[in-house]
Amino acid sequence: MDNSENFKKIEKAALRRRNFSKALTVILLSLWGLAVLFPFYWMCLTSLKSYGSYNSEYIPKLFTLSPTLENYITAFNSVNLARYFGNTIIFTVVTTLLMLMVTILAAFAFSRLNFKGKQLSFTLFLSLMMIPNELVIITNYVTITETNLRNTFTGLILPGVASVFYIYLLKENFSQIPDELYYAAKVDGTSDFKYLWKVMLPICRPTIITITILKVIECWNSYVWPRLITDDKDYYLVSNGIQTIRESGFGRENIPAMMAAVVAISVPLILLFLIFRKKIMEGVARGGTKG
Amino acid sequence: MEKKSTKGWLYLLPALVFLGLFMIYPLVDVFIYSFEEGYNFTSQTYFGIGGYNYSYVLHDPYFLRALKNTFILVVITVPLSTAIALFISVGLASLDKLRDLFQTVYFLPYVTNTLAVGLVFMILFKKTPYTDGFVNLILGAVGVNPIDFMEGPYWAKMFVLCFYTIWVVLPFKILILTSALCSVNKNYYDAAKVDGASRLRIFTKITVPMISPSLFYLIITGFIGAFKAYSDVVALFGTDLNSAGMNTIVGYVYDMLYGSSGGYPSYASAAAIILFAIVLTITCINLIVSKKYVHY
Repeated sequence: MDNSENFKKIEKAALRRRNFSKALTVILLSLWGLAVLFPFYWMCLTSLKSYGSYNSEYIPKLFTLSPTLENYITAFNSVNLARYFGNTIIFTVVTTLLMLMVTILAAFAFSRLNFKGKQLSFTLFLSLMMIPNELVIITNYVTITETNLRNTFTGLILPGVASVFYIYLLKENFSQIPDELYYAAKVDGTSDFKYLWKVMLPICRPTIITITILKVIECWNSYVWPRLITDDKDYYLVSNGIQTIRESGFGRENIPAMMAAVVAISVPLILLFLIFRKKIMEGVARGGTKG
Repeated sequence: MEKKSTKGWLYLLPALVFLGLFMIYPLVDVFIYSFEEGYNFTSQTYFGIGGYNYSYVLHDPYFLRALKNTFILVVITVPLSTAIALFISVGLASLDKLRDLFQTVYFLPYVTNTLAVGLVFMILFKKTPYTDGFVNLILGAVGVNPIDFMEGPYWAKMFVLCFYTIWVVLPFKILILTSALCSVNKNYYDAAKVDGASRLRIFTKITVPMISPSLFYLIITGFIGAFKAYSDVVALFGTDLNSAGMNTIVGYVYDMLYGSSGGYPSYASAAAIILFAIVLTITCINLIVSKKYVHY
């Protein structure tokens, strides 16, 4: 009797301790969650405050009772935000499509076809992964300037088309497809290209989607190359747009309108992330790098 | 066989053309540029071959300051962000229901535009005649006098930069560490508990060794990424980084290449190669160290 009571007591204490440490974990994690979410909340909030009310708040308020959409109208009217969006969409779509084409063909060659020098060229390919972008961007800038491709989509897009890493990722995936499938297709008289199109691509769809999404994020956020290669506002991407808005845009003080522009730029990617959450996080865990 | 060879190369051709033009050729060219003295961008002429560009860059006060800024940033953010990410991941791994939600929230900064969110950070920290800014409001609540974070003392600016950098790099690190932690076999923990090991001991003797490969992967990529800091800095302090005193090595390279102080691809190349040499050295050191400590 005594023993079983003791046992109960000890178990209760252990449970309490476990619950306590769990609660503490959740609280600490929530604090960091708050730190992550707060800038997003702040930009949405500020974008809804009117210019007058924002500037009259010496102590910023954490809520607003009279939300207004006028900042969004200002943001889209006083700078050509719509144009920057259009440019970014064109840039993203074309770059991603070209990248997919190049990547799929190269990955197919490395995984399925046999040719002289395959091993050697693949090794060289892999060693290219170590080359930092900063090293090659200088010559690329000179090349694009000398061929008069500054302020054109061609100049913006071309250097970003080939990506060694994505080729490697897709090649690994292609190599997992059993050889028997290929031989069976060959016996049936299927051409290599048709086999790639009808068999390999459908099987590897998850990887293709991952690569596509990662590239889209990369394109949407790219800043350095577009800045080097465009000084004509007609060809600005959203990142450059945001930078101009900040430095000259609506007069440096119209912060609510700035925030409206920031919200408009951030929303597409956040939506994309919420829809493809699993895919994106998987893809990044497999090979994204940032920071 | 002969016919098959051509076919293979044909499929490879687009990738080869792009990589050749925009990666292999520039790689060779950047070394050539860095040794051409007095290169003139418009007439494309140069005086001679030698190491002058390197010595110019190494004696340029702007470069030295960029070097200093970059090193401070690296030394502070890499260990700190890895440690914070480790603690957050350990916390995440111990949850079951809420883990997905927290992971989603923590990952958000990865998909947002660095330039755009940097602007928000700037406003949160900025002190203007109209308002002290949100951060100063909080500091005021604990009795700290308002600090001009964006245009004030050097350490304040550096603090904002480090804070923002950590905010930006954490999602990736948390993601990698959490998936590493979740793949550790639970039996090890149970065995340790049966033996009566304390939680700290379990953490240092089981958890850390088991995830050491991911940990070192993050440290290596963390160093590389932090040395290449640029967009985050522009997001906070604008494009004129020299006058803000917050330039980084990569920022110096781009300033030399382009903009009001630009037009010197030779200096830019020399600076880029110096950066590459630094990163390569650090990475090699990291790899040697990791050989000693990483299990498996």
